[in-house]
Amino acid sequence: MSHLRIDIRQRAEELVSLYPRPRSAMLPLLHLVQEQDGYLSEEGIAEVAELTQTTPADVRGTASFYDMYFLEPVGKYVVSVCTNIACLLAGGLELLEHAGTTLGCAVGATSDDGLFTLEESECLADCDIAPCVQVNHRYVRTTTPESFDTLVGELREGKRDHEIPSHGTLIRVRRSGGLRAPKSEIASERAGAKAAREQRAAETA
Amino acid sequence: MAVIDSPRIVTARAGYEDSFTLARYLATGGYDGLRKALTMFPEDVAKQVDDASLLGRGGAGFPAGRKWSMLRKAPISYLVVNGDESEPATFKDHFLVERDPHQLIEGIIISAYALQVSQAFLYLRGEFALGLERVQQALNDAYELGALGSKIFGSDFSLDLVVHPGAGAYICGEETALIEGLEGKRGFPRIKPPFFPAVSGLYGEPTVVNNVETMANVPWIVLNGGAAFAALGGGRSTGTRMFALAGRVKNPGIYEIEMVKNTFRDLIFDPAFGGGIINDRAIKAFIPGGVSAPWFGPDLLDLPMGQDEVAEKGSMLGSGSVVVFDETSCVVRAAWRITKFFSRESCGQCTPCREGSGWIERAMYRLEHGGGRMEDLELLLDLCDNIAPGLSWPPQQTTICVLGSSIPSSVHSAISMFRDEFALHVTNQGCPFD
Amino acid sequence: MTDVKTTVTISVNGRSLEAAPGELLIEAAERAGTYVPRFCYHPRMEPVGYCRMCLVEVDGPRGATLQPACYIKVSEGMSVVTDSEKVKKAQDGVLEFLLANHPLDCPVCDKGGECPLQDQTLTHGSGETRFIEEKRHFVKPIEIGELVLLDRERCIQCARCTRFSAEVSGDTEIAFAGRGDLIEVAPSPTVPFDSTFSGNTVQICPVGALTAKPYRFSARPWDLEQVESTCTTCAVGCRVAVQSSGNRLTRVLGVDSEPVNHGWLCDKGRFALDSIDGHQDDVDVLSAATRIREPLIREAGVLVPATWGDALARAATILQDAASAPGGVGAIGGAALTNEGAFAWERFVRGVLASDHMDAQYGDGLDGALLQALPKATIDEAANARVVVTLTGDLREELPVLFLRLRENFVKRNNALIQFAFGQNALAPLATVSMPVRPGEAHLVAEALATSDGAAPQGSQITEAELATARSLIGASGAGVVIVVGRPNVAEDAGVLERAIRILAESLPDATFLPALRRANVMGALDMGLGPKLRPGRAYAAGEESRDTLTQLAALRAGEQKAVLLLGDLLGNVLDAEGATAALEAAQVVVVTGHGGATLAYADVVLPAAVQHERLGTVTNIEGRVTAVTAKIVAPGSAWPDVAIAAELAEQCGQSLGLTSVEEAAKVLEATTGYPALSVLNDVTDEGAVVGRGGERTERRALDPMAFPGIKSTNTVGLAELSGAVLEPSVVASPAPAPAALAVVAAGRSVDVPHYDAYAVSLLVSRRLYDHGVAVQGSPALANLVATTTAYLNHFDLDRLGLVTGDHVNVMGATSTHTLPVVLNDQTPRGVLEVTFGALDDDGGTATTRALVDPGSVITQVRLATS
Repeated sequence: MSHLRIDIRQRAEELVSLYPRPRSAMLPLLHLVQEQDGYLSEEGIAEVAELTQTTPADVRGTASFYDMYFLEPVGKYVVSVCTNIACLLAGGLELLEHAGTTLGCAVGATSDDGLFTLEESECLADCDIAPCVQVNHRYVRTTTPESFDTLVGELREGKRDHEIPSHGTLIRVRRSGGLRAPKSEIASERAGAKAAREQRAAETA
Repeated sequence: MAVIDSPRIVTARAGYEDSFTLARYLATGGYDGLRKALTMFPEDVAKQVDDASLLGRGGAGFPAGRKWSMLRKAPISYLVVNGDESEPATFKDHFLVERDPHQLIEGIIISAYALQVSQAFLYLRGEFALGLERVQQALNDAYELGALGSKIFGSDFSLDLVVHPGAGAYICGEETALIEGLEGKRGFPRIKPPFFPAVSGLYGEPTVVNNVETMANVPWIVLNGGAAFAALGGGRSTGTRMFALAGRVKNPGIYEIEMVKNTFRDLIFDPAFGGGIINDRAIKAFIPGGVSAPWFGPDLLDLPMGQDEVAEKGSMLGSGSVVVFDETSCVVRAAWRITKFFSRESCGQCTPCREGSGWIERAMYRLEHGGGRMEDLELLLDLCDNIAPGLSWPPQQTTICVLGSSIPSSVHSAISMFRDEFALHVTNQGCPFD
Repeated sequence: MTDVKTTVTISVNGRSLEAAPGELLIEAAERAGTYVPRFCYHPRMEPVGYCRMCLVEVDGPRGATLQPACYIKVSEGMSVVTDSEKVKKAQDGVLEFLLANHPLDCPVCDKGGECPLQDQTLTHGSGETRFIEEKRHFVKPIEIGELVLLDRERCIQCARCTRFSAEVSGDTEIAFAGRGDLIEVAPSPTVPFDSTFSGNTVQICPVGALTAKPYRFSARPWDLEQVESTCTTCAVGCRVAVQSSGNRLTRVLGVDSEPVNHGWLCDKGRFALDSIDGHQDDVDVLSAATRIREPLIREAGVLVPATWGDALARAATILQDAASAPGGVGAIGGAALTNEGAFAWERFVRGVLASDHMDAQYGDGLDGALLQALPKATIDEAANARVVVTLTGDLREELPVLFLRLRENFVKRNNALIQFAFGQNALAPLATVSMPVRPGEAHLVAEALATSDGAAPQGSQITEAELATARSLIGASGAGVVIVVGRPNVAEDAGVLERAIRILAESLPDATFLPALRRANVMGALDMGLGPKLRPGRAYAAGEESRDTLTQLAALRAGEQKAVLLLGDLLGNVLDAEGATAALEAAQVVVVTGHGGATLAYADVVLPAAVQHERLGTVTNIEGRVTAVTAKIVAPGSAWPDVAIAAELAEQCGQSLGLTSVEEAAKVLEATTGYPALSVLNDVTDEGAVVGRGGERTERRALDPMAFPGIKSTNTVGLAELSGAVLEPSVVASPAPAPAALAVVAAGRSVDVPHYDAYAVSLLVSRRLYDHGVAVQGSPALANLVATTTAYLNHFDLDRLGLVTGDHVNVMGATSTHTLPVVLNDQTPRGVLEVTFGALDDDGGTATTRALVDPGSVITQVRLATS
C-alpha cells in the first residue's frame, strides 16, 4: 500500500525512470515526500527506501545530511535569514533577531500557531540584495525590518500564496515526460560517431 | 587606469524582463550555436573550446578544454553540470539559471555533443526554487523545439538532459561530492586520486563536471570562434568573467568584465561598477575569490583581475566573488562567521576538518564575544597548520578535500593582517565594534 | 629473456621492500614490520581514509605530500616516510582533534584497557590537550537495538560499524545521519538494529561508542583469561576467542580465520554465554535454561540427585537389559558432542551394547551416507565459485556466517547464484536466478535443470527462461559449480531433497557440494558413525538397515525397542513432539545432557555432561574442517565430559572402551581411521585440517590489535602446551577407510510427484536463528529476539483470501485448527504457507507449528480460511 498519493506516486515513478540507477532519484523523491507531507514522514521515508532499493536507515541518514529536508513537521512557511559574510556586513544578524521577535519563535523553532519556522541560513546566493531572506526557498528581498514585517503580515493573510506555496512544494513545473531518446538509439549513434572520428583521425595521420 | 568596457558574452540578455523565455531567446540568436555545432564534427567543436582557453568558472579554474581532452582516449559517459552555487557571496550562477536558462541549456547540449556523452545532468541548488522552475520550463520548451531528445534538429545526435535538484549542502559543490549527491547519497567527497571524475565519476564511469558559467560561454564560443574568445582578456585568463561584488560597496551586483584588463580598484570604486565604499569610508581589506580564498589588503587594489595574477600574490580568483570590508567591519567577527560556515558545512568524513573546524569556530567565538586569550592566536594558527600543513598557498592538506584546506584562509589572513584588532578583542574581552 | 617482475619494489623509511602489485601501502608496510597507526582501516572491509591517522609522506611530482596509507596502493619505486616530523605532527594533530570532544569516560567505559584510541594516544599523542571549549554532549547511551547500545559522545565517526552494516552484512540497518561534527550512527526509528550480526560492530568499534548489553560493565580486559576455540552453536565452526573471569564465561570474540569466518560471528554464537553459565539457583530440570549439575535417578516417579556410581549402575542395568533382545536399544542424538565424545559413544553403543541403531539427527537433516559420498567443496571454494546453487533454507538464519561468506561472492565478485527458493531467504535479492520451489517438488526442479529441455513441474511459477539461464550458467558438467545442500523444510520428507541431490550429483559430475546442516557438530557426529550405515572415520557399512531416529521412536512406541540412550535433548529438537513423547512414555530412558528440558520428564536416569567451552576435543564443520575446541571453564557441579561418561558406563557394563581420556580418544580415532583428531589437537596450527584434503595449511595473518581489539593473541594453545606433556606423534596404522562412492550408497526411496490439492496450500516449516532452543532460552539477552508464531504468505494467496499483513487466518491442519497472524512475504512461493520451527506461541510454547504438520506424509497440505 502506497503512502504517496496516486499523482505523487506517479511522479515518483517517473523520476526514478529518469536516471540510470534508481538510487539517484533519492533527492528529488525526498522533495516529493515533503511536497505531500510537509516534512519527511516515516511512511514517506519507507516508500522512498522501496523506490530507491535501499533501507529506511540509509534514506534517513542520507536525508539528514541535507539542510532542506526536515524530519519533523515544520511551519507552513519556513523563513530563512542569511547571516553569512555578505549579509553579516549588511546587518543580517540584526534582521534575524528582529525576525524572531516578529514571528514569535526562536531560531530553529516553529511559532506556536504553526505558521512559521525560522532558520538562520548560510549563503542564499542573492548577495547584492543583502541581508537575504527566503520564504519556502523563494526570494522575498525584504532587507529591512519594516519590509520584513509587511511581508509577514501578507503571509498571515494568505496574500502571497500564489507565489509562495506551502513548505515542501519546491518545483511547480513538471517535466513534460520522461526520457525521449532510447538508450539503444544513443548507443548506436555514439558508436557510429566514434567510428567516423577514428576514420578521420586515420586519414589525417 | 580607466575602466575598460567589456563585451557581454553571458549577460547579454540582462536588460530584458522576459530574458528567460524561449521567445526572447530565439529572437536574440538562441540555439544558433547549437545548429552550427551540429554541422561541425564533435572534435572540432571541442577544439573551439580548447582554442578559447576557457578556464573553468567554478572555483578551481581548470581549463575546460584540457579537462575535456583528458577523456578522448576513453568514451565519456556523462556530462554533469555544477549549478550548486553555495560559495558565500557568490551569486552569478543564480543569475544565469534564473535569468537565462536557455543559454545554459544550449551550452550543455553543445558540450554534450562535443564530448559525445550518453546523458547530461544539471545539478541545481535546491534553494533556487524559481530557478528550478524556469530551467524545467526551458527544458520542456527545448524538447518541444527539437533541441533535445531524439535526433536533435534532425541531426544524428540524440540527448536527454535531466535537471536534478540539490537539497542544501555546500559541500555538494565539490565535484565528487556533487556526483555522490547525484548518485543519491550523502555528499561525501571522494579521494583523488583515484576518483578524478574523468577517470571514475558518476557510477564509476568517465564523467566531465563543468560549472554553469563555463557552459553558458559555449554558445558564443561556437558562434564566434574560440580565437575570438581568446583574444579577450590576457595571458591564460581569456574571455570575460562574471564577478559578484558584495560587502561594503555602494553598488553590489554582478559585473561581466573582461579578464585582466581591469583591476580590483576598477571593480570596487569605479562608478560603472562598485561605485566605492558606502558613506565613502576607507577600505580595510577584500577577499578576491570567495571565502575559501586568503584576503588582500588595500595595497593590492591595483592588481589586474586575472587567475595567474591573483595566484602569484597568494590567493585565488576562485568563484569570482569579491567581498569588501571597510573600516566599520570587524575582521574578527568576519573570520569567525566564515569559520562557522565551514564548520556547519563540513561533511564530517575526515577528522581534521570535522573536529578542527568546530574547535577553531569555538575559539574564534570566544575571541569575538568574550573569553579570548592571546595564546588563542598561536593555538589557532597551529590548528590551521594541522589541517593545512605549512599554511602555504596553494595549500597542502591533511584532509580528503579542499574544504578542509580552505578553513585556514580567513583565520590566517585575519590574524596576519590584523593582529592588533585581535589584541584589542582580548583586552576588551569582546568586540570593540558597534 | 627478461624476467617478468611479479612484485613491486618500494622504499619505506629508506629501506627497500617487496610488495604485491595492488597491495595497500598500510598492509605492505605492516608486513615489513613498519606499523602505521589507524582507526578506520579494517583489513576485512574496503578502506575509506576517513580518520587520517595513517597519513604518511609519499614522494610525488610536487615533493612529499601526506597521503593515507590505508588508501594508496603500492606502485613501483614509491618512496614513503612514516616517521618524519611532519608525519608525527599530523598524527599528534589527528589525535588531539579526536580527543577534543571525546568524553573522559575511560574509568566507566568497557573499552578501557583494550582501546585503540587509548593505545595510540599513548604511542603517538601528546600528554595534554589544548582544548578548553565545552565538549559536544548527547543523551547517552541509547539503545539502537536489542543487544547494542550507542554512546554518541565517544564515537569518532570512523564508520567501521556503518560500513560493516552496508558492506558485510548488507542489511544497512545503521547509517551515518547528520553532517559534520553532528554525524551520528543511527538506525531508522522503525527498524531497530537487530541484525543477526550486530555484535560484530561492537567488536570492531575502536572506541567504547558501541557496547554490548550482555557484556556491559562485566569485566576489565586485564581480568580476562583467554583461549582460542571453535564455536559450536552452529556447524560453520567460526573460530573464537573465549574469555572468562573467575570460572565464569564472560565474552566471546570472533577470531580472523581465513578459511572460515574472517573474524565475524553471529549474535547467537557470540551472546549465548548465559545459557552455558546457567544460573546459580537453577532447580527446574524441565527448563532448557537450567544446567544439570549432578546425576539424577527417578525414584517413585520423581527425579532425585544421586551419586555417579548409583546413576551409572542404574543406567547400565537399563541399557544392558534392553540390549539383551535384538533391536532392544538404540541411541538418539549426539550432534552437540565433540568428535571424541561421539567416538566414545559409538564404541559404547555398537561395541558394548552391540546395537546398530544410532542417529545424531532428528529426522530434520539429510542422509549422512549420501552427504559423505558427495564430492566436497570448502567454504572458500563456495565463496569464490563462479556459480553457486543453493538448495537450503535461509542461510542467514541457519548458518549466518556462511551467508556472509557467500554474499561476498555475489556482491564483490559478481559471481552467479542460482537459488531453489523455498521460502524467505536473505540471499534472494542477490540471486541471478531465483526459482520458487514448492514443498514436494525439489527433485522435479532438479530434474528439469539436469535435462537440456526439461520443463518446470506443472503449476510451478518457474519460467522456461529461468531454467534456460540456470542451465547455461551451470554448464554441461558443473565445472566450477558449488551446490549448497540443506534441509529447508522439516515438514517435507527428506527423500525429496535427497532425490534432488542425487539427480544433481549424477548429472553434474564436476560439481562439488557443501552440506548446510546446522546443528553444532552434526558433521563430526556423522563422521564418527552416529547414523544409519555410518562408521567412525567417515566409513560406510552396507548391510542391514539400522534405525534412524524416527524409526527408533516408532519402534519404542510399538514396544519393539525397549530403551533409548538420549545424547542431548529430544523433545525440543524433534518436530513430532507428541509422537516422541509417546515413545518416551513407553520406554526406559537414559539421558546424557548438559541442559534441562521437557525431555527429562520422561528420563529414568540423567547423567550431567560438559557442554561448549567446558571440554577439550575436536569438532568438524560443514566443510569437513577438523578444529580444536578448548575448555575455558570447568563444567558446573559434577558434570563430566562425554568421553569419561561413556568410558565409565562401559566399565559398569563390564567392558572397556579402550580409551578413558579425550587425548586417548583422539589418538585411537586417528590411529584406527586416519581421522586427523590427534594431529589437530597437537598442532598449534589454528585452522585445523580438512578431512580428505590432507596437508593443506593456511597461514594465519598477524593480529592487528587495532582491527581486533580485545583479542590477546592468536596463538592456539595446542594440546601439547595445555597438558605440558610431549605426546607421541600420530601414527596412521592402516589406510583410512573411505566413504562409499555415490553409486554404492543406497539409492534411497523413490519420491512421488505430489498431488496439490487446489483448495489447500502446502506447508513449509523453515528455521530461524533465534528459536526455542537451549542457547536462546538460556540467554536473557537473546530471549526477546525470538519470533512469534506467524503465517507467511505470498501476496497471491493473501489476495485470494482478502487478507493483509496483520490480519488473522485459520489454518486447518491434519488434526486441529489454529489461528495465526499473517505477514505478507513474496519470497514464500505461491500456494505455500510458511511457518518457522521454534517460533513461540502466545503461551510461550511451540505447539502450534508442530501441530500443523502431518508427520506421516511426504508433504503436509493445509486449508486456510478467514474467520
